[in-house]
Amino acid sequence: MICTPTFGLMIRYLLKRLLSLCISLAVASLVIFTVIEIAPGDPASFMLGMNAQPETLAALRSELGLDVSKPARYLAWVGGLLQGDFGTSYTYRTPVSDMIAARLWVSMPLALYALGLSTLIAFPAGIYAAARRGKAGDVGVMGATQLGVAVPNFWFAMILVLIFAINLRWFAAGGFVGWEQGVLTGLHALTLPAIALALPQAAILARVMRSALLDVLGEDYMRTARAKGLTERQALWRHGLRNALIPVLTIIGLQFSFLLAGSIIIEQVFYLPGLGRLVFQSISARDLIVVESVVMLLVFSVILVNFLVDLAYAAVDPRLRARA
Amino acid sequence: MTLLSITNLSLAIHRFDILHDVTLSVDAGEIVAVTGESGSGKSMTALAAMQLLPKGTQARGHIMLGDQDLLALPESELCAIRGNDIGMVFQEPMTALNPVQTIGHQVAETIRIHDKTVSRQAAAKRAAETLERVGLPNDRFPLTRYPHELSGGQRQRVVIAMAIALRPRLLIADEPTTALDVTTQAQILDLLKSLARDDGMGLLMITHDLAVVADMADRIIVMRKGEIVEQGQTQSLLRTMRHPYTQMLFAASNHSVALPKAPPPQPLLTVENVSRDYALPRRTLFGKPGRFRAVDNVSFTLQRGERLGLVGESGCGKSTLTRALLGLEPVQSGSITLDGTAVFSGTKPNLDVRRKMQVVFQDPFGSFNPRHRVDRLISEPFHLLPAPPSGSARTDAIADALIAVGLSPDDATKYIHEFSGGQRQRIAIARALIIRPDLILFDEAVSALDVSVRAQILDLLAELCSAYDLTYLFISHDLTVVRTITDRVLVMKSGQIVEQGATAEVFDQPQHPYTQKLLAAAPRLPDL
Repeated sequence: MICTPTFGLMIRYLLKRLLSLCISLAVASLVIFTVIEIAPGDPASFMLGMNAQPETLAALRSELGLDVSKPARYLAWVGGLLQGDFGTSYTYRTPVSDMIAARLWVSMPLALYALGLSTLIAFPAGIYAAARRGKAGDVGVMGATQLGVAVPNFWFAMILVLIFAINLRWFAAGGFVGWEQGVLTGLHALTLPAIALALPQAAILARVMRSALLDVLGEDYMRTARAKGLTERQALWRHGLRNALIPVLTIIGLQFSFLLAGSIIIEQVFYLPGLGRLVFQSISARDLIVVESVVMLLVFSVILVNFLVDLAYAAVDPRLRARA
Repeated sequence: MTLLSITNLSLAIHRFDILHDVTLSVDAGEIVAVTGESGSGKSMTALAAMQLLPKGTQARGHIMLGDQDLLALPESELCAIRGNDIGMVFQEPMTALNPVQTIGHQVAETIRIHDKTVSRQAAAKRAAETLERVGLPNDRFPLTRYPHELSGGQRQRVVIAMAIALRPRLLIADEPTTALDVTTQAQILDLLKSLARDDGMGLLMITHDLAVVADMADRIIVMRKGEIVEQGQTQSLLRTMRHPYTQMLFAASNHSVALPKAPPPQPLLTVENVSRDYALPRRTLFGKPGRFRAVDNVSFTLQRGERLGLVGESGCGKSTLTRALLGLEPVQSGSITLDGTAVFSGTKPNLDVRRKMQVVFQDPFGSFNPRHRVDRLISEPFHLLPAPPSGSARTDAIADALIAVGLSPDDATKYIHEFSGGQRQRIAIARALIIRPDLILFDEAVSALDVSVRAQILDLLAELCSAYDLTYLFISHDLTVVRTITDRVLVMKSGQIVEQGATAEVFDQPQHPYTQKLLAAAPRLPDL
């Protein structure tokens, strides 16, 4: 329903969140710039290593624009970012934006795929366990999630490769063919890594879902719902679930950020040309321009996801809309 | 015609006896009140009639609704009965509604859950009619409102609307007005009464407050420790009161104490033209935030040795004023001084003044750190002193404080969970007393206690008045208590003090219309 005061409040909430998003980004860019460019001394000598020739060093310095003042460099960098110009990779001599875009086409779908899987597994598991608190089903699900939290995802990855790629030959053991072969082919190639990434996340999410629901089940309004004549199951679905969503949304937001950047090990296991590997390679090659840009991009995605989570909160809970 | 008939009902949770041989009945159109103190089993009786008992409860006996024995019915049939034949209203209106659904949706749900053939529109229409019936007209309270946009009394009306939407034969109300202000309480009680009288519903009402049901119930059932000790027609039961427990409940509800005479006036706390504003959220996109004046130009003086009461309903500014008196928050105008020194200096409470004031809060369960022992808990105010006592002086002070409130010095080494609600409130008083403050603030300090325990705490306060020449400000919504425990009283409404004067005079001849309304709404036990 859109009536003016509520609508106005929604807009206000939105603007407030957007403003805080912009401020966070500005602060983050300043911190990243300071840490990477200024703190450890001269980036050019860092990138070239200890035994660099003075001429090469000077050439790199002017190429990197290090001969201008620091504030001017910061403004130039941010100005470039705003126009999509991330600079040129020192190692590969190609525009960083192209490199990132290519990697993003792998990492972003992979992260979304894994998040979707994790949510699909976690919701039913968490709800099932909460509805059967203390019974065998609950104990079973909790045991499984305990295992999921404890076992590292690269080990899952290797087991998956062993079973589904080597024995059953359903999937390739690694590599990525690109989206040119069609969406389904691309998704097929990402399935095993997505599962390996999703399982530990699903285990965490299922536990959060269960405990959030159990908290809600003890609320007065659940008893009210039962007094109206709802069965336990109806009360859980109609009144419990939406109220339990707030903590679950928080975790989903955190997990997405993690999946986008933190899948480096899985990318290694499956030979995927993703963001994580790009960061890893550019750190090894001391390609600070790439590192800086990717970090900034990840920060941006984290802040953006937080913004989306805030919007989701408001959609779920009318009290947050009013308080904004 | 007997509607609900409970015979020989016994309940146990994991072999722990909850109810023992409870037998009672409710007729159509009859109001039956079940009363007793906490742990008497009155709420469990209500939940048993609803068959919403905690998991693991074993029940014996019969709960007959018409010719159906609820104890023998399968869960699916019980679901068809709940909400349709029996409606239930709960104590806490603030949490009884789902915060993320509109009130219209929640009332309509009762209708749609029992009859799937009713269309959404038809259910919404009936929900609107039901809300109208409970005093929430649609032009002011559209179905699209969320619970957080309503006050406690309005929320309780929504809960009642949910319970009566299908015109159940029996309505069970578990402490329906305990969390509400007296004037709201009177309105809700009127509504419940009219549902029984006009609509012919049987009403089973659970309450700890005899006064609430004395002029409303047809019959009263008194319970203690899971058993019914006495039941009968209201008038004859109150007149005869055969069981000593009933007599005790009645006496404790009206308990009065004799305060020692107050010393000659000598100002201690001076409050002059104090106002306290809060910023409101912006109503429009770029509009200036509004301001809400919670305390509006309040002035009064508290004399040394005086026992002053502060009464008013929720939202009247009592708590804001209390926080300002304690120097916890700055005020926007006016001055608060204790013995001539301001309670708030610069940006923080003035410590020199703070050590002369202590406070006792309402909740005996939430106001202690459960991981600290009693000695540490009650010696906390020592940190306010420039030279806190140590060693045996500290031990002695702790022992003295515990003895003063009727506990033993040995209790110092125990943890707070080992004490009952009444004992905890004694410990809270010991904590306030230990540095011999000039002024104690009691913020609803007896409101959460059973009447018998409340009577003991009031006796304790009277004793302490004699022994320590206490000066206190007693903040409460409970007029009966304020009447006996204070010399003078302030009546607060919408941030202003509308009337003040000697307690007896204000209560016997209230001048301000609001005080009159408040006193008229307060439930009172009949004079017998």
